[in-house]
Amino acid sequence: MKRLVIVGAGTGGLMVANFVARDLSREIAHGEISVTLLGDKDEYIYQPGFLYVAFDLMRPAQLIRPIRELLAPGIEFVHDRAVRIDPEGKVVERAGGEALRYDYLVLATGSGLNLQEVPGLSEGAHWFYTLEGALQLRDELRRFAGGRVVLTVGVPHKCPVAPLEFTMMFDEWARVRGIREQTELVYTYPLGRAHSIPSVAEWAQPELEHRGVRVETFFNMESVEPDQKVVHSLEGTDIAYDLLVAIPPHRGDELGALSGLAEAGNWYPTDRNRLNLNGRDDVFVLGDATNLPISKAGSVAHFEAEVLADNLVGLLAEGSPPAYLYSGRAFCFIETGLERATFISFDYLNPPKVPQPTNAVHWFKQTYNRIHWANLKAVM
Amino acid sequence: MADNIMVIDARGSFCPGPLMELIRAIKSAEIGQVIAVLSNDSGSKKDIPLWAGKAGQEFIGVEAHGEYDEITVRKVR
Repeated sequence: MKRLVIVGAGTGGLMVANFVARDLSREIAHGEISVTLLGDKDEYIYQPGFLYVAFDLMRPAQLIRPIRELLAPGIEFVHDRAVRIDPEGKVVERAGGEALRYDYLVLATGSGLNLQEVPGLSEGAHWFYTLEGALQLRDELRRFAGGRVVLTVGVPHKCPVAPLEFTMMFDEWARVRGIREQTELVYTYPLGRAHSIPSVAEWAQPELEHRGVRVETFFNMESVEPDQKVVHSLEGTDIAYDLLVAIPPHRGDELGALSGLAEAGNWYPTDRNRLNLNGRDDVFVLGDATNLPISKAGSVAHFEAEVLADNLVGLLAEGSPPAYLYSGRAFCFIETGLERATFISFDYLNPPKVPQPTNAVHWFKQTYNRIHWANLKAVM
Repeated sequence: MADNIMVIDARGSFCPGPLMELIRAIKSAEIGQVIAVLSNDSGSKKDIPLWAGKAGQEFIGVEAHGEYDEITVRKVR
């Protein structure tokens, strides 16, 4: 029997498991192939929803489903934490049971917040990158009656358009509540322009100015003084705030470091087209966990999962070498307020253009937020 | 010495982009580490020295390799 083990039951891990299990349902039923998904949580959380929770536009219950309800038939789900990978012995050791043997391994372990990297951040800032953080920010916004709101961005971070979305949504949210005139909105960014993608920055700069947002570039947050309510940058700028909303820096899961397979930041060195762990043809990586110079975003995990699943089906069923290549494809909606949105679509060779925001794209995004589950199940 | 250079292949990186990749690497590197960024974004050879100057890091130079540039910076603080 050929064994596929997938570590991580987020967007990338679930999609790979479901694509492979649907394609190879016959082989799985005959006991020729097994698909095991190992996840340390038994619920899946739709993280793009956190932004809406912060503004009271979605409820937490709309974002959470039990993982067992999202699995195609034939997948064995193991609710446990991987503690070490032994690529020579081809086993994944886990905290609560017998090690899992594999012929092919997929690492979809995601990324998490690295709050410790910025002293004072966890005490002084709010964020919408965890459900708990989004709920705390929501409560703060319910009480907010005006003042200086500062948005800061750590590096690296997932969903690179979220800083713009939060700022533009906040602007309109404050206008609707009648407190925009009492509110100064400051958008900071680590680079010398309003976004890392030149075409997005070119579009965003006048959009932010038009909304009366102050833009402070070359601002890499270095520390926060919660008592003084000041955020300092490593470029030497200090900004006082009444409400600090941070996009915290991220890091990969510690499993990579514990196994001696990850580089600094716990990112797995990954081939940009074949998605194998560098130097190994039986271990693959996707989603936030890679060291690839692409967005850490659900759409990237999705497009990578399609490529990886096709290659795994060939390897598992016929032993044929990987033929499908990942092109660097990414797609991101950008909410530009409470009623309009745009999107960007790009890959390694083609930079994005930003279409005019419309109400229709906003509703497309709202619809996607509610049908994401079909995408996860690999039926869409 | 060449063995100690950390190379970041940011070719094809529109988002987060070569400079963001450099900032990510520099934050976790030791002081004294030399980092070379490979970029086919023509803006990088302007953006990276500008940021290095702002952030108090040492810009070493740019080497053109046909379709891409190799931009080198040393972490000094």
